[in-house]
Amino acid sequence: MITYLSNNSETVLAALRQHIWLALLPVLLGFAIALPIGYLGVRFPRFYHPLVNVAGVLYSIPSLALFVFLPVVLGTKILSPINIVVALTIYTVALLARTVADGLRSVDRLITESATAMGYRRFRRLIDVELPVALPVILAGLRVATVANISLVSVGALIGVGGLGQLFTRGFQLFYLEPILVGVILSVLLAGVADLAIVLIQRAVTPWTRFQGGRA
Amino acid sequence: MITFDDVVKVYPGGGTAVDHVSLEVPTGKTTVFVGPSGCGKTTSLRMINRMISPTSGRVLIDGEDVAGQDEALLRRGIGYVIQHAGLFPHRTVLDNVATVPVLLGKTRREARAAALGLLERVGLAPEFAQRYPAQLSGGQQQRVGVARALAADPPIMLMDEPFSAVDPVVREGLHREFLRLQKDLGKTIAMVTHDIDEAIKLGDLVVIFRQGGIVAQIGTPQELLSDPADEFVAEFVGRDRGLRSLSFDTAAELPVKPVPAELVVDEAGRPLGWRTGADDVRPTGGTFTSADTLRLVADLAILSPVGIAVRVDADGKADGITPHHDLADYLAARRG
Repeated sequence: MITYLSNNSETVLAALRQHIWLALLPVLLGFAIALPIGYLGVRFPRFYHPLVNVAGVLYSIPSLALFVFLPVVLGTKILSPINIVVALTIYTVALLARTVADGLRSVDRLITESATAMGYRRFRRLIDVELPVALPVILAGLRVATVANISLVSVGALIGVGGLGQLFTRGFQLFYLEPILVGVILSVLLAGVADLAIVLIQRAVTPWTRFQGGRA
Repeated sequence: MITFDDVVKVYPGGGTAVDHVSLEVPTGKTTVFVGPSGCGKTTSLRMINRMISPTSGRVLIDGEDVAGQDEALLRRGIGYVIQHAGLFPHRTVLDNVATVPVLLGKTRREARAAALGLLERVGLAPEFAQRYPAQLSGGQQQRVGVARALAADPPIMLMDEPFSAVDPVVREGLHREFLRLQKDLGKTIAMVTHDIDEAIKLGDLVVIFRQGGIVAQIGTPQELLSDPADEFVAEFVGRDRGLRSLSFDTAAELPVKPVPAELVVDEAGRPLGWRTGADDVRPTGGTFTSADTLRLVADLAILSPVGIAVRVDADGKADGITPHHDLADYLAARRG
């Protein structure tokens, strides 16, 4: 495996780099899109159930089907990485829109009411009070979405763009175990590192959660 | 002054929460809205800062209809204390208190410096400043809630069951501090409670609501106790209202008799007890001064082993006694 790595370091590093941005760019895009959608599900309660249902349906579309289907809709080339990014963004939105809505709904009414009574306008109340209080729930969803994306990128290898997944297809084509092992190990490591990074960010931005549940 | 001018609140679906209420919350005084649950007291309170809009009628602050004012700006000028405090869990105690000044455009630094002073004001040590609400007891959270409401120094404070979520001993302490603070600050306070004893203790003026959002009586605590408007109010203020009404009068004009020989005193004249036998001296059970209430005098006379309350002067020297029948005669003469 070491020999394989040293002989193919450039290929492996390029695959890893591609894997990282193919997985993480959709997380950022998806999060940015999910925030307003999730908020709408709370602001207008009758949108909540449709939102949950649509998100569920979207998430249940098989990834390979979406990768193949998107070029038809978007007019992109079948080998374009845009297909992967869009597909994973859709999954991220499906996952996070509901998480954002649930997170915001979990904020105690007493807290939002006292914020209103102190003179917060709706938008600033959302930014200063509701989102920060909902952050532990939202970040938990973000962890799930990030790890899921990192594993889904590999599927893209079947249509030619798939980061570390390309190491799997190559290994299968050449009946050669090393690239497959390297690909698996690096995917798992990447998922672990990304997960840990979000946990550390969560600790840093929500120090108050450490005291919750001690004294009510 | 806050004025309710023929205010009605009807909820869609039929319920009348507030039914043609007209009243005044005088400037610099504490006015307590009290009544059974569902009587419209909280709805009325929330119409002052536009958390709820009246169906008809007007709520005015110093003659100006609140309906014409910007909601957020109006609310920043009115302190609000809520049951369970409603503190922001993600902010430290200090930043919770600094909330409204920051909304009003103060820098976080200025607001925090002022907040530290306020914590002291409500009886919280500075080491609480950097803690989060989850690290505080219910009583401490409530103090922070009061400090947060006071932070922008608003002339008006609304308090919605501010002391009901804490145990009786803590509540007693919070009551004392509330009265001390209000004596210093002289805010225009509208408070809601379901506890008539709290209303009588804290209110300069008490508004008793009945089911259906109707005002049953408005008056000083003394007026409500001595002259309830109807059966509902009499029932609501309680059966021992006669005894409780004695809390509003001091013993300043209560006649006393000279100290008899049976009262054993030390060399400075301070009472030690009643001699009830050759070597039997029993404690007096306490003493009163002319500044104490008649209720205390009655209590002492009942508790005393000989049925006599002992008055002392500023130095603690016994200077007179009141047997319980003298107190009864005094009260009878006063009523006549």
